[in-house]
Amino acid sequence: MEKSTWTTKVGLAQMLKGGVIMDVVTPEQARIAEEAGAVAVMALERVPADIRAQGGVARMSDPELIVAIKEAVTIPVMAKARIGHFVEAQVLEALGIDYIDESEVLTPADEEHHINKHKFNIPFVCGCRNIGEGLRRVAEGAAMLRTKGEAGTGNVVEAVRHARAVYGEIRRLQSMGEDELFVYAKEIQAPYELVRQVAETGRMPVVNFAAGGIATPADAALMMQLGVDGVFVGSGIFKSGNPMQRARAIVEATTHYNDPEIIAHVSKGLGEAMVGIEISKIPAEQLMAQRGW
Amino acid sequence: MPVGVLALQGDFREHAAVLHQLGAAPVEVRLPRQLAGVSHLIIPGGESTTIGRLLDRYEMLEPIRARAGHDLAIWGTCAGAILLARQVLDVKKGGQPTLAVMDITVRRNAYGSQLDSFETLLPIPLLGEPPLRGVFIRAPQIEMVGKEVEVLARLEDGAIVAARQGRLLVTTFHPELAADDRVHRYFLEL
Repeated sequence: MEKSTWTTKVGLAQMLKGGVIMDVVTPEQARIAEEAGAVAVMALERVPADIRAQGGVARMSDPELIVAIKEAVTIPVMAKARIGHFVEAQVLEALGIDYIDESEVLTPADEEHHINKHKFNIPFVCGCRNIGEGLRRVAEGAAMLRTKGEAGTGNVVEAVRHARAVYGEIRRLQSMGEDELFVYAKEIQAPYELVRQVAETGRMPVVNFAAGGIATPADAALMMQLGVDGVFVGSGIFKSGNPMQRARAIVEATTHYNDPEIIAHVSKGLGEAMVGIEISKIPAEQLMAQRGW
Repeated sequence: MPVGVLALQGDFREHAAVLHQLGAAPVEVRLPRQLAGVSHLIIPGGESTTIGRLLDRYEMLEPIRARAGHDLAIWGTCAGAILLARQVLDVKKGGQPTLAVMDITVRRNAYGSQLDSFETLLPIPLLGEPPLRGVFIRAPQIEMVGKEVEVLARLEDGAIVAARQGRLLVTTFHPELAADDRVHRYFLEL
């Protein structure tokens, strides 16, 4: 019997597909998320919208809170470590949660290196804006990817940009000859073997979710139609007027993403969505998607 | 006859891909009307709480229950096994909707967290040699089976990981992730 193999790490992400992973900051919110049909919860102290508003250094959450959330639900629990902060990752692994998000939403701890994720038994999800960034993360051991989007904005435009970049590039890759793949791999700074694998299979080597700015059922269905495997919703649920109803609606829109009648039905009367932010109004140094290398 | 794959959430595309290779015509099932004409239904791995809620919300529990094991053969993998079990232990607070059609008792997340997910070579006498590569991800365990239920596979420690009751089949592992189509072929014969 072999534990924590690559197949089991990538496999858990496969089981989350078609589902919604929700940010929660209390055990009560975790139970609401589970009740609404979330496939997993992301346990953290502050949702990205509050991190953005309050500023300062954002770190891994208090282990006590993470454990309390883990005890509140039966679905998988994820938590965030800072980019490059492998000791935060060691702590999260010791807590026995199910997945670590090496996340640009927190303040990076290393401006050159990401965590060597191969060294861990626990699987990691990482953000990406394009194929090159995604494949670099997979080379470091990420078992799942997500678009970065722009977290805490309630504005889906960056997540769309990143998903279009990934799936557009995959289509372009598939039309390339072998000699062109070598150059392409060099240009996007990704390992040739992984580039060739994407060209052959027409898909990223691991599951790829959308994240960063999803606030409505239609946002979730938009990302699914663009080709992602599932959706993270951060601030969008518990910063809205009616979290339970909105959470359920986003779950249903993610399942029935190709059925406009159902999306219309679940979108009715959801109350206030979270207040959105225009990306061009955010000072460049506060853009989270640019963190990570 | 088309083979249905319940596509509410989970790794339904992996099941559909195996069915394609076997020449069966997989149909993604998300709504009751999509069950019409389907003779076999696979419930994939995923989150049983999520799939159960969507089955309930889109009024699919009764239509599936009414046909389960009669003119509809059903195979549940992992979360699917939880949804088929008559009794489920360690459910979500407040309970969770399930189909409850097969006479087995299943415990959710029986091995622990993701860190306890594992792979092992699994002998399944019915399928012959070689043993199957069993992939167990936050897997449930079958703790009790009724008189009508035939046990098909066990781990070395005796834990039941595959069972059948007439036209109902459960595996707590994921043959769809193991590049081995023998369980799919067995199911299509039910």
